[in-house]
Amino acid sequence: MLPPAEFVHWMFATGFLLLGLCLLAHAIVGDGVWRRRAWRAYLWPGLAFAMGVLMWPVMVFFTNSTIHMLAHGSWAQVMMLAGASELGLVRGKLHNRYWHLTMPLAFAVSGATFLIHEQNSWLFARSAFLHHMIGWTVIVGALFPLVATFRPRSALWRSGLALTFVVLSVLLYCDRDTAPIFGHLSPLAGEQHR
Amino acid sequence: MSTQLLTEQAAVRPRLGRARLVATLGPATMLAGVVWAFLQPYRITLLHPHGQGFWWLAIEPPLLVVLAGVAFAFLVAPGLIEDLQVHEEEQR
Repeated sequence: MLPPAEFVHWMFATGFLLLGLCLLAHAIVGDGVWRRRAWRAYLWPGLAFAMGVLMWPVMVFFTNSTIHMLAHGSWAQVMMLAGASELGLVRGKLHNRYWHLTMPLAFAVSGATFLIHEQNSWLFARSAFLHHMIGWTVIVGALFPLVATFRPRSALWRSGLALTFVVLSVLLYCDRDTAPIFGHLSPLAGEQHR
Repeated sequence: MSTQLLTEQAAVRPRLGRARLVATLGPATMLAGVVWAFLQPYRITLLHPHGQGFWWLAIEPPLLVVLAGVAFAFLVAPGLIEDLQVHEEEQR
């Protein structure tokens, strides 16, 4: 009893929303307060890692072409890499601050994969528009974790990273099977659903 | 009012603002979900449940947003605000 694909997008959107809220709170209170409780220090890196792990069954059960499978597989890998690096830094197993660069790397790879694996133009259907939109959002959003790596005390860049996840969740919530976007739906896109 | 009190008040104000900001995140998210439900009621399948399958009844985006807000407001925010206040006390 597999859920339709859009439900999986909505569940991941909820995960990204929670991730964004945690990162925003972390940016507001700073490292010292956020890490006062051990479980909280692991919260958002653990969530990012878990979402990477959960992307594997999505790749196996919900992709219907090679390019989709490769895209979901690459998202799974970079999300796990970014989550695991942050977990390693929090735990003290990793010391070099440049491990934080796995986050902008994950953003850049994910954004590029979104754009590469979408074969249709922006207004072909809602999913095509969202793929383009998410791809560019994530690529531009990579700037926030990139700068935050070199300016770790700046709440501005860390908040930007958090809000990028919130925007990503909003875009994923907008996904609704075959549906028009701004009134446009290509006759080649298939029958319109809800 | 002494200058010492004025200095202390100025130092405390932005810190209180941070706690208030953290406390606002969860309710603001919940409110966003409720507003979304009013704007797009057709995305709440519970309002017209007849003939709907399990997933359409279990996963409803505006309710998921409210749920995320509830989870943050009740599981993360209280402890974080408490720690923020302890941290501020230690800083004084």
